[in-house]
Amino acid sequence: MASLPGPERATSLSGRNTGDRVYRGALTLLALTLPAALIAILGGLLWNAWPSVRTFGLEFLFRSTWDPVAEVYGAAPMILGTVISSLLALLIAVPLALGVAIFLTEFSPGWLRKPVASLVELLAAIPSVVYGLWGVFVLIPLLRSHVVPPLRAALGWLPFFEGVFYGNSMLAAGIILSIMILPYISSVSREVLLAVPPAQREAALALGATRWEAVWSAVLPYGHLGIIGAVVLGLGRALGETMAVTMLIGNRHEISASLLQPGYTMAAAIANEFAEATTQLHLAALFEIGLVLFGVTVTVNAAARLLVWRVARGSAVGSRAL
Amino acid sequence: MAAERPIRLRTEFLSAYFNGNTAVRHVTLGFPVNSVTAIIGPSGCGKSTYLRCLNRMHELSEGAAISGRVLLDEHDIYAPEVNPVELRRRVGMVFQRPTPFPTMSIFDNVAAGLRVNGGQKRRDVAALVERALQRAGLWDEVQDRLQKSALALSGGQQQRLCVARAIAPEPEVLLLDEPTASLDPAGTVRIEDLVQDLSQEFTVVIVTHNLQQAARVSEYTAFFYLGELIEYGLTEEMFTNPNDPRTDAYITGRFG
Repeated sequence: MASLPGPERATSLSGRNTGDRVYRGALTLLALTLPAALIAILGGLLWNAWPSVRTFGLEFLFRSTWDPVAEVYGAAPMILGTVISSLLALLIAVPLALGVAIFLTEFSPGWLRKPVASLVELLAAIPSVVYGLWGVFVLIPLLRSHVVPPLRAALGWLPFFEGVFYGNSMLAAGIILSIMILPYISSVSREVLLAVPPAQREAALALGATRWEAVWSAVLPYGHLGIIGAVVLGLGRALGETMAVTMLIGNRHEISASLLQPGYTMAAAIANEFAEATTQLHLAALFEIGLVLFGVTVTVNAAARLLVWRVARGSAVGSRAL
Repeated sequence: MAAERPIRLRTEFLSAYFNGNTAVRHVTLGFPVNSVTAIIGPSGCGKSTYLRCLNRMHELSEGAAISGRVLLDEHDIYAPEVNPVELRRRVGMVFQRPTPFPTMSIFDNVAAGLRVNGGQKRRDVAALVERALQRAGLWDEVQDRLQKSALALSGGQQQRLCVARAIAPEPEVLLLDEPTASLDPAGTVRIEDLVQDLSQEFTVVIVTHNLQQAARVSEYTAFFYLGELIEYGLTEEMFTNPNDPRTDAYITGRFG
């Protein structure tokens, strides 16, 4: 080291890396574009919804009248319909998705793992409108002939299964939503379970736990926050889903306890009515629905991320998947 | 060779494979009742794999297979009617790194082995947990915070917690896979003292790459090299007067 040829070396240590500065500036600008777009969307929604917000105030959220002729708007049926259809979807999808994730990580023979995982994830690639079409022409007839009659025979005394079943209903929408969100929940849960250290499984098995007990007592508790994150992510997708739900839910501005009756969701209302909204107040009411939907989905997604981030502080369980 | 003592666990021509590669070759070795046997050897000599064959953990790895026999009280544990889950309740194991269940309290960690697989009656559990913690030398340190998370313990305490968890279901054999590899010197001393106490009641097999540790805690030592058992005998004799030149080279630090 001591005898480096001296004269060839640069004599000055000053100078700037102009390329780096330009590069950094350009990237910073690009990175800021996306948050700016988010703020622009929020601003646009607020601006356009303002007439409705000012006219109806908080009552907008609790009223169930939707009368474009009298210019009285209330979004309660849509808000409730969005929540109920999404919760119904979770009720069906979560056990299935967890079952798939647990099977694939803990019990599946190696050769079956990849094909099943890819097929489940392929469910997410089917366009929403195709789900809707399938729902109308396959799912609803199936429900009408094979599911609803036994359901009513067994549980017809419950308010949830009252009334005549015409086909388009909360039940149909909930089922189609459950199929649509299943791949998200199962693939994130699978990532979470894969990230649970093998030592945890082995520790349980070495104690004389069966495979199932090891999953139940060691693996699932270790990844539980990540799995909750996966479920909330699925919920976020269900809340905002539009096309398939619009085709199946029946689009009726009414609150009914029965899952066999038609309902409405916020997303479906916007999709159905924006072209017919001729008055400023009608349009503003639709924008306000959009604002509520935006708020709900952003909150749900933020909650999911927060949960997964809390898990990821120590180890990386589930953080890669989000 | 070893004095005449009843053998709790022994292997006959045991070989272990990963995807067709031999990791352990034709090992015939016995572990006397209530003794400590150390398995020493350089990294990759198959000592951990051998240990994992003794409670059938090896077969859980992908592509794993064995040949030969492993006899617990002269019963072949690889016989078709043997349920590995039941076997593991009689042959406990502690791993290289402490593996407490992070969402469970200290109490629930120790009780975990009692509750799986049918489990015990609730009222026995508290007594058995206390006994296991006492035998693991942890009771005095944790008795007033049994409901706290196991993660609040130090690394050495966590490892003693894992020992307590492993002995709570009263196994006959305790397998320790480099139990002090991740511990500081103070934690190591506690575990080593513990190992000697445990040999009063359990047949202990400890894998270690620390020769001093083997010399300190074990009655018998087995030296593994490249998947084969090179030499076995009383620890004292092996460390003072090894028969095989490879054992001599290893214990004098010329390789490994």
